[in-house]
Amino acid sequence: MTELITTDRPTAQLAVSVNGLEKNYGDFQAVRGIDLSIASGETFGFLGPNGAGKSTTISMLCTLVTPSGGNAQVAGFDVVRQRAEVRRNIGLVFQDTTLDGYLTAERNLRLHAELYGIPRGMVNDRLRQVLDMVGLWDRKDSKVSTFSGGMKRRLEIARGLMHSPRVLFLDEPTVGLDPQTRSSIWSYIRELKQAEDITIFLTTHYMDEAEYCDRIAIMDQGKIIALDTPEALKASIGKDRVQIHTDDDAAAIAALADQFGITATVAEGAVTFGVERGEAFIPKLFAEFPLPIRSVNVARPTLDDVFMSYTGSTIRDAETTVAQRGRDAMTMFRGGRR
Amino acid sequence: MTSTEVRLPVAKVRVPVRTRAGELRAIKIVWQRELIRFSSDRLRMLTSLTQPFLFLFVLGSGLSRLTQASTGGLSLRTFLYPGILAMAVMFTAMFSAASIVWDREFGFLREMLVAPVRRSSIVIGKCLGGATVATFQGILVIAIGGLAGVPYNATIIFSVFGIQLLLAFTITTFGVMMAARVKQMQSFMALTQMLVMPLFFLSGAMFPVSHLPAWLTVLNRIDPLTYAVDPIRRVVFNHLDISPAVRTSLDPGVTWGGWHVPTLLEVAIVAIMGLIMLGVAIAEFSKTE
Ligand SMILES: Nc1ncnc2c1ncn2[C@@H]1O[C@H](COP(=O)(O)OP(=O)(O)O)[C@@H](O)[C@H]1O
Ligand SMILES: [Mg+2]
Repeated sequence: MTELITTDRPTAQLAVSVNGLEKNYGDFQAVRGIDLSIASGETFGFLGPNGAGKSTTISMLCTLVTPSGGNAQVAGFDVVRQRAEVRRNIGLVFQDTTLDGYLTAERNLRLHAELYGIPRGMVNDRLRQVLDMVGLWDRKDSKVSTFSGGMKRRLEIARGLMHSPRVLFLDEPTVGLDPQTRSSIWSYIRELKQAEDITIFLTTHYMDEAEYCDRIAIMDQGKIIALDTPEALKASIGKDRVQIHTDDDAAAIAALADQFGITATVAEGAVTFGVERGEAFIPKLFAEFPLPIRSVNVARPTLDDVFMSYTGSTIRDAETTVAQRGRDAMTMFRGGRR
Repeated sequence: MTSTEVRLPVAKVRVPVRTRAGELRAIKIVWQRELIRFSSDRLRMLTSLTQPFLFLFVLGSGLSRLTQASTGGLSLRTFLYPGILAMAVMFTAMFSAASIVWDREFGFLREMLVAPVRRSSIVIGKCLGGATVATFQGILVIAIGGLAGVPYNATIIFSVFGIQLLLAFTITTFGVMMAARVKQMQSFMALTQMLVMPLFFLSGAMFPVSHLPAWLTVLNRIDPLTYAVDPIRRVVFNHLDISPAVRTSLDPGVTWGGWHVPTLLEVAIVAIMGLIMLGVAIAEFSKTE
């Protein structure tokens, strides 16, 4: 009855493997055929604006949503045909909290242990271990409803780890948290990587966080538009990002094209373009540019630039258009989820 | 893998394959959670304590001034008692079922749905939990039976307990089945109001079910609650010291075209309804998007 699986762990196997995965909601294509392979032990990030299809992809990988097309294996098991096996091997932290606020932290974890059938003799030790890991052991008897957003998130991470999953999915683990809490969550995630033999699949729409990942996939409008290590992605741009504020953006864009042969766009309210060796370009720009420049900003390539070079807009701009799209969609599908 | 073992000897948790014991453990914890939630909700406890008194004594005593003659000397409270019991159980059970809608709104439902156990275990745990909470309510009403003129007698207590337990289960299952489809609390509450009140009023909880207008007779016989109220009333009336005439007028029993429906069949109807709805609820929750 209590036979444990210890030998179902194929070595050198992919933790996650995805082929042409799709999800349609009516006519709307939330995920449009993505391919991925994630090695065991990797920290893999999904980066993209709200509405890109990150949560939908995670839901399919976690067996909560049935794909409309393609297939996926998690920990070696098919997410449609072997749901139960997939579920035994994954830990999940959803974007929206899934704790029971009326129960204490400890009760929430014990409930999880029961649902996952963790052998009784191990529960106490494991409970202590995961709560220590996220620094909540001394708060174990408090009701979860009294916790701050950051504490709840930490508790959810602890809960997701209770059953030692092989793959831990974290959907926007730091969304809505203040910068200090965000960085503390990240230090927990990094510690966790050292303590446990685990693959982490996370999503974020914060560019800076994607840098913590071994590899990232940039997702936009249901498609993966780039996939590599953060360094390689940035190196692929090769250009620094320059933003200038002028009184007449249209004229400035025309002037840049005329005089320097540069294609610029308006992003985040400023004329934005990429050039190699930005610091050397600025003096030249000031000497030869026909229009007054109110301010200038030069930045090394970031993942945002990578995003921009593939999509033509920054992630923040993409968010606002998506938010608009979302509102339109809301009127169509009344209810649904947040 | 080995290095992990050295550093963290207790970390070697492996989730066992799905076993019957594992499913039972899941059912048990989902059931327990309902009880914990109920016992920590003081307001709900208080409501469940006061409501039966309100109905039995305020309604029972108030109305009895009007109806003294037609009850043949029997206190209206005694007559209403089975109906009040059914109602108390019904409201509590629906309220428990509503918790699944809250769970969905607050996200906790996902934690349960993604666990490596059958969805049926989650649904059964929920239904049993709701039924248990509703049964507390039922026990309370049984306990105050003396105040309504119902004698304390082992047969009454055990039969009434059994019937209300079954009713509690069936109603919770009904609520859980609806909660699979109705995803917002507001709509759920509205639907509950819309369905529960007619079910209650049509069931004969407040009146004897013979000599009714034809349309009301039909609706009464369709109402499943009828088949829970009637046996409770029969059990209670079996132990009352009243004349046969009064008995026949107040406890005529449910008939189908002149045929007296036996108590056992009535109870079976309630049980079968519950099982069918349980099946539907499980099927609904087993679907994925
Ligand atoms: N159940 C659903 N029904 C209809 N549309 C949905 C549903 N779930 C998600 N969507 C839509 O799919 C798109 C992708 O959503 P999501 O995966 O949540 O994006 P992300 O997590 O990247 O912000 C959004 O436009 C969203 O409105
Ligand atoms: Mg999301």
